[in-house]
Amino acid sequence: MRTLISNGHLIDPLSGRNGKFDIIIEDGKISEIGQNLEITNGDIIDAQGKYVVPGLVDAHCHLRDPGFEYKEDIESGTRSAAVGGFTSIACMPNTNPVIDNQTVVKYILNKAKQDGAVNVYPIGAITKGQKGEELSEIGELKFAGVVAISDDGKPVKSSSLMKKAMQYASMFDTMIISHSEDLELSDEGVMNEGYMSTVLGLKGIPSAAESIAIAREIILAEYTNSPVHIAHVSTEMSVELIRLAKKRGVRVTAETCPHYFALTDEACEGFNTNAKVNPPLRSRKDVDAVIEGLKDGTIDIIATDHAPHHIDEKNVEFNIASSGIVGFETALPLAITKLVKTGVLTLEQLVLKMSVNPSRMLGLNKGSLEVGKSADITIFDADEEYIVDTDKFESKSKNSPFNGFKLSGRVYYTIVDGQVVVREKVLFK
Amino acid sequence: MFRGDVMVFKSKDLLGLKELSAEDIMNIIDTAKTMKYVIKSNNKKTAHLQGKSIVTLFYENSTRTRLSFELASKYMSSSSANISASSSSVAKGETLIDTGKTIDMMGTDVIIIRHPMSGAPHLLAKNVKASVINAGDGMNEHPTQALLDMFTIVERKGSLKGLKVAIVGDIYHSRVARSNIWGMSKLGAEISVAGPATLIPPGLENTGIKVFNTVQEALIDADVVMGLRIQLERQKKGLFPTIREYSRFFGIDEKRLKLAKEDALLMHPGPVNRGVELSTSVVDCDQSFINEQVTNGVAVRMALLYLLTRRGPNEDIN
Repeated sequence: MRTLISNGHLIDPLSGRNGKFDIIIEDGKISEIGQNLEITNGDIIDAQGKYVVPGLVDAHCHLRDPGFEYKEDIESGTRSAAVGGFTSIACMPNTNPVIDNQTVVKYILNKAKQDGAVNVYPIGAITKGQKGEELSEIGELKFAGVVAISDDGKPVKSSSLMKKAMQYASMFDTMIISHSEDLELSDEGVMNEGYMSTVLGLKGIPSAAESIAIAREIILAEYTNSPVHIAHVSTEMSVELIRLAKKRGVRVTAETCPHYFALTDEACEGFNTNAKVNPPLRSRKDVDAVIEGLKDGTIDIIATDHAPHHIDEKNVEFNIASSGIVGFETALPLAITKLVKTGVLTLEQLVLKMSVNPSRMLGLNKGSLEVGKSADITIFDADEEYIVDTDKFESKSKNSPFNGFKLSGRVYYTIVDGQVVVREKVLFK
Repeated sequence: MFRGDVMVFKSKDLLGLKELSAEDIMNIIDTAKTMKYVIKSNNKKTAHLQGKSIVTLFYENSTRTRLSFELASKYMSSSSANISASSSSVAKGETLIDTGKTIDMMGTDVIIIRHPMSGAPHLLAKNVKASVINAGDGMNEHPTQALLDMFTIVERKGSLKGLKVAIVGDIYHSRVARSNIWGMSKLGAEISVAGPATLIPPGLENTGIKVFNTVQEALIDADVVMGLRIQLERQKKGLFPTIREYSRFFGIDEKRLKLAKEDALLMHPGPVNRGVELSTSVVDCDQSFINEQVTNGVAVRMALLYLLTRRGPNEDIN
């Protein structure tokens, strides 16, 4: 079976191709890239007026499976990812049971193979049960298939344990992804500490709670000469610290999420629980710094932190509402609307941050369109406008503060290992 | 007994003064003036709430606010009932929305809610047909307290326009302070606050008020001085070193009160920690209107219940 993608505008940062190129896919792999290609029989995709890019890679999501299937499961989560243009996603270990042993890793990989619409790469826990007490079996997790380790959602409180985790994990070339938060400073806050928390009378989380923890990770990474990846960067000081660390040659990479460049804490107005997320939505100054960090390369990756929650967990008092935003189906349009259309990033830079860099950080053989590589391809229209309707999400959960937003950018095709999962905006899986 | 036309309240609920217009606030205060005659009379019974059903739903302990609401509704002949969180289905894990809907479906016209979490009344209001009155939510608002404060000031000073109001104490945790800041700003007062830096919420000056770290600066030339109750457990959380030091730097005594105008009103939402935020001598001095505030609280709550129930019955119960 051969597939031809013709007439599209190909953007492949690694090869430097940025223009009219056709692609032929054969047996799940890219077999030819060139101009005016033709096939005699097979599937022809007309990508006229659209961009053809390496399949998007999400370095940070929550599939809730096993344990919280009422929020999301591997099937619904990967369908949601496919509609959003993601072909590979890395899922966090705060499941039940936690991904801290090879049995859970194998369960996820098997279920993804069976029910998944896109490639799924589990992230293991740094500590057993994400309790922050003892290291999990990092070597065994690595051999079972995890692409990184993280206690996401819960920071590793002990600096000493984090130091040991970095030293131990680098022995297995395993990246540590840090959810950086000083819980004592957060002190049960529920939104960003600032004018808006004062107006709403809600307990604030100071931006320092994040930045202090990031400073620690950077210092430990330099001290142990280990790599570290900083998850969901949201504050001005955090961006500045990472910038400084990179200048010093610390092996640090960083991600942010669409909600940290698209929204401020004003979205919490009216006790809007769909805007409750951790780290919290920040001030305008922080948002501007995150955007600047994306522009100057301090922030390498845009991840979704797709965090589904059931309506019953959001339709409650703000204090007890679950934190999190579903992100797969709005990430690319938000990035195009808020970063590309505004001139912050070129589309090529966006592909770097949503495909090439996350793939490299996780050590995946993805993020490029070369002959011989598996055909993971996303095709989108960058100009088509639409209104976000959360009821139409493929995800089981609808907890998004972007409902009703008018955005530019629509995914037309998502191709995973040569298989067309999304065709003309419609999911076929 | 009402002079002229009383305006019908536009919104279904009273959630906060942030959401209320200056016109609405004055409407409540004007109505409260009339209601005060009822409280002062020998026959404390009117028919304004006859046939109306009022429920207080309190998720926090309260004596004075609850009693004030209860008497307000009884003076106006309503059927009323009280629910406390400890004795309710909350203990069984029922959600606020489900509890609210249950009360709603029993034909309740007004639900008065106090809740430890900010925004709980807003959530309830969205999910019930009954009018919701916020009797204090977390650190957000305590609108009826601020309304009675403003009523007390208007009674003595005629209006709030151009008045200097000093609010002293734990602003961070105070829903009373927040409601007063929103409400009094709308009525044209100039507000200063003072308190330990650890108890001043961030960005407060963005609301257009002045923030001081000494009580003296806030008190100079004030027309109204309002002390706030300091919760003794805040000291254990490390927000200030000792009650003694708090009182030394932020307590209001006769000497400090003299910094304010001669005819300044001294107010406090109560209950007062005597000798901590206010010295006993100022609590009981001629400038103190703390007891008057209590009476005015009932009048303001009567006014509100009257205005909210004039919207018509709780319709469409099916």
